[in-house]
This record gives sequence, C-alpha cells and structure tokens, in this order.
Amino acid sequence: MRQIKGDLWPITSPQRTSKQQEPNMRLRSPVDGLQGSQLFEDTSGAAHGLHRGNQQAGPQAAGLSSQSILSDPMSNMALAYGSSLASQGREMVDKNLDRFIPISKMKYYFAVDTVYVGKKLGLLVFPYMHENWEVSYQKDTPVAPRFDVNAPDLYIPAMGFITYVLVAGLALGTQNRFSPELLGVQASSALVWLIMEVLAVLLSLYLVTVNTDLTTIDLLAFSGYKYVGMIVGVVAGLLFGRPAYYLALLWCCAAIFVFMIRTLRLKLLSEAAAEGRLVRGTRNQLRMYLTMSIAAAQPVFMYWLTYHLVR
Amino acid sequence: MAFTLYCLLQTAILCVNAVAVLHEERFLSKFGFGVEQGVAGFGDDPGVKAQVLTLIRSVRTVMRGSNEILID
Repeated sequence: MRQIKGDLWPITSPQRTSKQQEPNMRLRSPVDGLQGSQLFEDTSGAAHGLHRGNQQAGPQAAGLSSQSILSDPMSNMALAYGSSLASQGREMVDKNLDRFIPISKMKYYFAVDTVYVGKKLGLLVFPYMHENWEVSYQKDTPVAPRFDVNAPDLYIPAMGFITYVLVAGLALGTQNRFSPELLGVQASSALVWLIMEVLAVLLSLYLVTVNTDLTTIDLLAFSGYKYVGMIVGVVAGLLFGRPAYYLALLWCCAAIFVFMIRTLRLKLLSEAAAEGRLVRGTRNQLRMYLTMSIAAAQPVFMYWLTYHLVR
Repeated sequence: MAFTLYCLLQTAILCVNAVAVLHEERFLSKFGFGVEQGVAGFGDDPGVKAQVLTLIRSVRTVMRGSNEILID
C-alpha cells in the first residue's frame, strides 16, 4: 500500500505508521468505495469539496493530486467517458444478474421484521396451536412476510444455514476435531444436500403434474426451515449431552413434520382434500403421498446432517 | 457425506448424460415407450408415466442438438 502512495505520503518515521494507515485508508476510501460511486459520479473539480469530510488528514496532498489530474481538459473528458462506461457496465451487470437471480423477487422474501421472525420461529418449534395456515393475498400478489406469518421467507433459512455451519464448527471443536477447512466442508455439504432436496422436490412436482403456485424459491425456503430444528438439537446436545440431543431432535422433527404437512397441504392438494375430506382417485392419492414424503424427508435430513456432530 | 459442489456438478452431468443416451429400441420400448407413441392427448391427467417419457424425450432432444434429426 505504501508503494502506491509513495509520492503522496513520504514516510518520515516508523512511529507514524499507525497514524499514516488512517490517512491512507481515508484517501483510499473514495477510490475503492462502495460501488465506486464516489469516484465515478463526481468527476468535476468542484465536487472534490464533497470529499472534504473523508479526507481530513490529507487535504494538501489530495488537493495537489486533484488539481494536477483535473486541470487537463483531456483527462477531464477521459474521466467523464470512463464514468459513463462504468455506469453502463454496472447497468449491464445488474440486468444480467437479474436474469439469473431475480433480485426484485428476492426482496419480497427478505421483507421481514422481528415480530415475524419471532412468531415464525415459535411456529417452527410448536406448530400445534396455530389454526389458520393460509397465505393471505392482496390482489393476486402474496402479502409480504412482514404482514403474514404463513408466508415463506428466506431470511430464516439463510440465517439458519449460517448458524448451523457455525454451531457445527463449535460442536466439532468440543470434540477436538475442528480445523478451519471443516467449516467449508460442512457448509458445502449442507448446501449440496439442500440443492439436491430442492431438485428432487421439483422433479417430483413435475412428475405428478401438480398445478401449484409454489416457486423454486418457496421450496428453497421450506427446505431451509429445518435448519432451525437442527440448531436446537445440536445446541441441546452440546449443553446437556446425548439424551438431550435425541429428545430435542425428536421434538423438532415432529414439529417440522407437522409444519410441512400443514403448509404444503394447502398448496399441493386440491381444495376438497385440503379441507380434510377423504377424496378418492389416484391423482389425489399421489399428491397426498408427495406431501407426506416431502414432510418425511425433513426429519431424515435433520438427523443425517447432525448425528456426527454430537458424540 | 462430505459432498462438495463440484461433486454435485459431476453428478448432475452424469445423470443428464445417462438420460440422453437411453436407447429407444433396446431399452425404452420395453417400458412401453415406443417410437410412435406420442402423448395421448391433453387431458387433465397425463399420469406419471407420460410425464417421465416426456421428460426423457425432452432431455434427449436438448442434449442431442437442435440440428440433428432423431433417426428413429
């Protein structure tokens, strides 16, 4: 870092290194700031006054460099061209990224607040008292999770996944089996199982020709809810030993099973079957089996991914 | 147990390849695939078997290239 700024920050004495790190950091912050917005959008010399707040420690050297760079009209034009090119590039990246990962749709799944998270976590561990499992709609679009406890979200699965990886590292550490690579191994292993489960569910939904409005991200969210139960089980096992692990896991498995059945019943089964009436016919039977197997796969995964952590 | 993402990619490629190389005459006709048997209609209940066949056929069409003629 000092080599790049060698001409601007002559090093006088080693005692000043720590103090110089700060001005270096502050001078660098507009250079490689977030999204480069400060560098690319304010290219005129007058706008450098806006950076005054960031460059308290080194106004002289920065002023010298800005004057020398921007007094030349050719480089002025070059900077303007570069900024337009950068904004074009950013637009293109955003557009292409939006094709693969629908960012606007993802925002819906992260529109949560504390009350929702608390209620949902309680529902995942104790779903037996909840009566109304329907997702409420607002003119054909589902309501954001902030306003409806039954709506799926991606915040809890994402946080649960990360917490699971950390708790797994903790559990392995108590058994003296920890090494930093194992965190990555655990994370990628759990991610692979998650992807395989979502793909299997998608395939089976296709084969049974269910007309449902479940999107892939919904399935990802539902598959990610089991991490909460896994974390509860592993933490109980760490604190109180193996019997507590089995008890907590059993409780959470049953809870997730009931939760998944009650949630998927409304989405996958036909109207009559969802209300509990016994409807005959191979198609409804297939759908019932599908719901059951999706719900039964959750406890299996929960046990599979945690049993090696608690010894 | 220690799966990696690369392992998943390998598995996916091998599975898709396996579906693409299923031979019609030797193998699939034993399951009632047949070369002339198309989708029997657009009723509201295609059934699991018809869906599987549709899936296999579409994977094969995509993997074998759009400019190749499927010589049945």
